Amino acid sequence: MEGTMENLPSDGPGFFTSKLEAAVAWARKYSIFVYPFVTACCGMEYMSAASGHYDMDRFGAGLPRFSPRQADVLLVVGTVSHKIAPILRRVYDQMCEPKWVVAFGVCTCTGGFYDNYATVQGIDTILPVDIYIPGCPPRPEAVLDGLMKLQTKIENQKQALWGNHGRNS
Amino acid sequence: MAATPDNRETKSMLLNIGPSHPAMHGVIRLITELEGEKVVRVETEIGYLHRAFEKSCENSSWTQAIPYTDRLNYVSPLINNFGYCAAVEKLLGIGITERCQYIRVMMSELSRVTDHLTCIAASAMELGAMTAFLYLMKAREYLYDIIEEVTGARLTISYGRIGGVKGDLPAGLNDRLEPALVKTEKEINEVDKLLTRNRIFVDRTKHTGVLSREDAISYSITGPLGRASGINYDVRKAFPYFAYDKVDFEIPLGERGDNYDRYLVRMEEMRQSIRIIRQCMRDIPAGPVTVDCQAKSMESFALVDEAKLGHTAGLNRVVSSVEPTLEGAERPFYDRVMTKDKRAVLPNKGDTYGNIEGLMNHFKLIMGSHGIRPPAGDTYFPVEAANGELGFYVASNGADRPYRVRVRPPCFFAMAGIHRMLEGYMVADIVATFGSINMIAGELDR
Repeated sequence: MEGTMENLPSDGPGFFTSKLEAAVAWARKYSIFVYPFVTACCGMEYMSAASGHYDMDRFGAGLPRFSPRQADVLLVVGTVSHKIAPILRRVYDQMCEPKWVVAFGVCTCTGGFYDNYATVQGIDTILPVDIYIPGCPPRPEAVLDGLMKLQTKIENQKQALWGNHGRNS
Repeated sequence: MAATPDNRETKSMLLNIGPSHPAMHGVIRLITELEGEKVVRVETEIGYLHRAFEKSCENSSWTQAIPYTDRLNYVSPLINNFGYCAAVEKLLGIGITERCQYIRVMMSELSRVTDHLTCIAASAMELGAMTAFLYLMKAREYLYDIIEEVTGARLTISYGRIGGVKGDLPAGLNDRLEPALVKTEKEINEVDKLLTRNRIFVDRTKHTGVLSREDAISYSITGPLGRASGINYDVRKAFPYFAYDKVDFEIPLGERGDNYDRYLVRMEEMRQSIRIIRQCMRDIPAGPVTVDCQAKSMESFALVDEAKLGHTAGLNRVVSSVEPTLEGAERPFYDRVMTKDKRAVLPNKGDTYGNIEGLMNHFKLIMGSHGIRPPAGDTYFPVEAANGELGFYVASNGADRPYRVRVRPPCFFAMAGIHRMLEGYMVADIVATFGSINMIAGELDR
């Protein structure tokens, strides 16, 4: 790899890196491994979206990984209460970079109509969220729309290629 | 502590399972004590999905509490809806029309089928049978399409209303319902072929997670779980409500009370539910859905109301009836209802715009701090939810808000007795047993 780099013309940011970045973006976009953090009602619609009828696999996001180490998208599905919030944060912290978070359902976006002492009023109070899918619960079509928006976001962001996998690098 | 032959001491190990675990659909934490692979002791921690259901209901009007009931058992929300509505109706002393009873039975059974489909699908998937999961999810989509057509939503439907349901069945529903049922039956039979005599599935589920009849009774476990242990108790048969006394169905019972029996009971219940739906499709009478002015058969207090509104034409031909849901609502109580807050249902729009009584009636029900005001008192109404007896204990102090809405969630009692089904078996059996219990965190933690 280093030998190839040396042969590149020294002026400009480099044809090679930008092409490689586009290739990595394309690959990351279509190989989403989700960690479904399913707590509540939205899980039923997640199951529908993941099964044959709506088929999330068409977008390369079909295979859920139940280990945070193997996943790169944290799908927070359903109401997050104050009791489970630390566990959610812990799962997020265990995931490797690059990682994204999708708030699935209105409870995770804002707390929804559970405006009370027990519920976290939006998971963005404890995690950085990339995509919000509102709905109580969102229809599978809305889930797929959110998934495509996530793909666009993954594609367009700066890809950390090697080394520093920090979010904002 | 146990001693091995060469006097080395072994210690039991504590293993924490959940609340976020691949084999635990729903959030619950099991703290298990293991000796090798054997589970010695299990402690359960619940409350990870506590969403303050009761407090939310106490802070909303009687009607506004209906959406909260959707999200109790989110796999079969229609049954929760109707259970709550029936409890409030009993408190108010009003009945629902015969057509509405049939609609409620039909939709409850559709919900029961989706619940059992989801339960079997999820527990089969956790045992490695991904194909069964996908087939059953496919079947669930057919039913969701029907539910969506009737109620307007796939999952959180809020279809029940105090005194009726949101709207009538769409025209020509039977033409689409019957094919959906046929397709669902086809998928169920397919999964039957895949699982029922599947060596791996049978080995994993037979003689594991056994719940004895005595334990089931002492932990108040009802529903498919209790019936798999041989308890012949089903609210639909024991205390018939809605139109369940008019339809013909059987209650499947298990013998051993193990995971395999629970699977078989659920499979048979789905077939029975489809049978009930078919009977409802055949027998459903034409007529109003909610307690309505033009009802052929109506409650006596509604007759009085009609007369007050001046709708006297043909009233002498109307049959006044008391329906079985009102069992337990005594006559004096009923009379109290007749003199004060009689109507829980909005008048038809013709009356709202056409006469002052209808307009007043409408606004009395809609305006804040007016609304439905059941007389002071309390009542309990059980329905057979997909997991067992789902009871609503509602208390009123005469205000426009519930004083208390207490739910008896069927899962809660199964979770209390879960250690009886896990202790003494292998770690791997936890997955099979937990799947067959069908714990729904929404109704467990409320």
